[in-house]
Amino acid sequence: MRKISFEAIYVLWLREIKTFVRARSRIIGNIVQPFFFLAIFGVGFKSSMKFATPQMSGIDYMQFLVPGLIGMALLFSSMFAGLSILWDRQFGFLREIMVAPVSRLSLVLGRVAGGMTTTILQALSILLIAWLFGFRIKGGASFFLSLILMALIGIGFVGMGVAFASKMEDMHGFQIVMNFIIMPIFFLSGALFPLEGIPSWLGFLMYIDPLTYGVDGMRAVMLGISHFPLAVNFTVLIAFCIVMLTLGSYLFSKCEV
Amino acid sequence: MQAIQVLNLTKEFNGFKAVNDISFSVEEGEIFGLLGPNGAGKTTTIRILSTTLRPTKGKVKVWGYDVKTDPDDVRRSIGIVFQDQTLDDRLTGVENLDFHARLYGMDKKMRKKRIEQVLKLVGLWDKRNTLVKYYSGGMCRRLEIARGLMHYPKVLFLDEPTLGLDAQTRHTIWEHIKSLNQREKIAILLTTHYMDEADILCNRVGIIDRGKILVIDRPENLKNLVGKDIISMKLSSPEKMIKLVAGFDWVKKSELHDGLLYLKVTKGDEKIPLLVNLAQKNSINVELVNLRKPTLEDVFLHFTGRTIRQEEGSTRQRISMRLRSWRRR
Ligand SMILES: Nc1ncnc2c1ncn2[C@@H]1O[C@H](COP(=O)(O)OP(=O)(O)O)[C@@H](O)[C@H]1O
Ligand SMILES: [Mg+2]
Repeated sequence: MRKISFEAIYVLWLREIKTFVRARSRIIGNIVQPFFFLAIFGVGFKSSMKFATPQMSGIDYMQFLVPGLIGMALLFSSMFAGLSILWDRQFGFLREIMVAPVSRLSLVLGRVAGGMTTTILQALSILLIAWLFGFRIKGGASFFLSLILMALIGIGFVGMGVAFASKMEDMHGFQIVMNFIIMPIFFLSGALFPLEGIPSWLGFLMYIDPLTYGVDGMRAVMLGISHFPLAVNFTVLIAFCIVMLTLGSYLFSKCEV
Repeated sequence: MQAIQVLNLTKEFNGFKAVNDISFSVEEGEIFGLLGPNGAGKTTTIRILSTTLRPTKGKVKVWGYDVKTDPDDVRRSIGIVFQDQTLDDRLTGVENLDFHARLYGMDKKMRKKRIEQVLKLVGLWDKRNTLVKYYSGGMCRRLEIARGLMHYPKVLFLDEPTLGLDAQTRHTIWEHIKSLNQREKIAILLTTHYMDEADILCNRVGIIDRGKILVIDRPENLKNLVGKDIISMKLSSPEKMIKLVAGFDWVKKSELHDGLLYLKVTKGDEKIPLLVNLAQKNSINVELVNLRKPTLEDVFLHFTGRTIRQEEGSTRQRISMRLRSWRRR
């Protein structure tokens, strides 16, 4: 059955939201972490770091850092949402999902919808904390564009998480993905430092990192500074989403529980 | 119609035959049991029948649908209670059932009605809004059975439904299984390594060991097959009784031990009144009569030369429980 079941997508989404709201320690952790980042890096480097390029004049490190932190939160929480299949496998719930008469594509889309929602909620909470530190977005339109960028980043990385989780038999793979996939994607994305003036070998790695385009896109719409044109950022992110959704659904449909 | 048809099913894991050329069928409304020790291939069989594992060889039809070509039709027709727990313990009982009902496309009115019905059937209605992480093992099991029934399945799979539960909870679950088999008229395939469970619940039992089904029959027939019933009697004059029963062809053997007369007979329950009457007619005083029937344990021993190993719980389940308590913190 290839048909998409919206009821199935909805119920998987609902489960994600309910369990997210009930995991209070997770929510608090997600708020406290960016708070410290902003307080320590943002405030600490604000005075000592000045950007050299003319485009960036008038932007302090705190402002520069906020889109990066949002990108970080999006990366971590959406990858975890995709990888949560591993938990479901370990706790057995994946079997309950897999014997349902629902297309595997709907199951993946449901997980993506849920993961994307909780991910965006976390990104928005960071935006709110940043607002307390004096961070301002230019206006309603750029807020709306930011939301779309957040959704694209979320969808792509949930898809990637699903793809990895489908190929892994147990939880041991989680640490490997954490150390060899998530961490490099984060550090190479330009979330903490600008893309200008970096050595070319590093530049290449940064260019193939999908999060680079997400963070750069958010800087473009939030601050009006960017390395790539916004259209490039959007195109790359949309392509990334399509590839990851296809790959994730395909691998998930092949997995046995 | 046959609810389940399995023909020459084989499943290999890297060349190891976990299920080796088995065939059996389950009739509509029947409770069929696969009885065998750990590692016999019971769960593997259930996983293939429930479409979560692909067979290596053989033909499997559930409710008339082929598991290879029509997996979604099979999924719609079956309910399943897995060996290891498969509830989301961060949700309440009702939420787990509601999740299930929506996945199976039930509309709101039907969901509400059916959730109440199945929760009452398994006696969890009072606990419906409690998070599953606060449920006991037996309550989880009952909730899983309720969930398996939610979408009115035609065929229900129960993989070791009472594994690791205490005696009293096991009896409660047996009652639930029996009553739902009668009320909902559904075919049940259950696996177990408990002799008493297979004996009490199943219309027919297949003995499975090392991937092979050795024999399939009704529990009574299986037990009659391997041994005779033994009647022991305490009598005022046992020697006289031995001579009296010597002529009956249904008495296979008679022996005297410690003042008790042991008779190996067929269909022991029917013979007790005969023997008592015979004794009284010949003015022999009967002080005590006891009947011991062979159990499925004897049947298993007969066919495999071993007794069922009583290992409890799989490693996976233990790991899972450890993680569960870890996540709870
Ligand atoms: N995924 C798997 N890979 C390799 N071997 C397996 C796998 N699943 C089960 N087995 C093996 O198949 C045999 C039957 O297992 P199982 O069906 O779980 O037995 P039972 O449920 O009767 O205890 C066991 O020897 C087990 O180790
Ligand atoms: Mg098993």
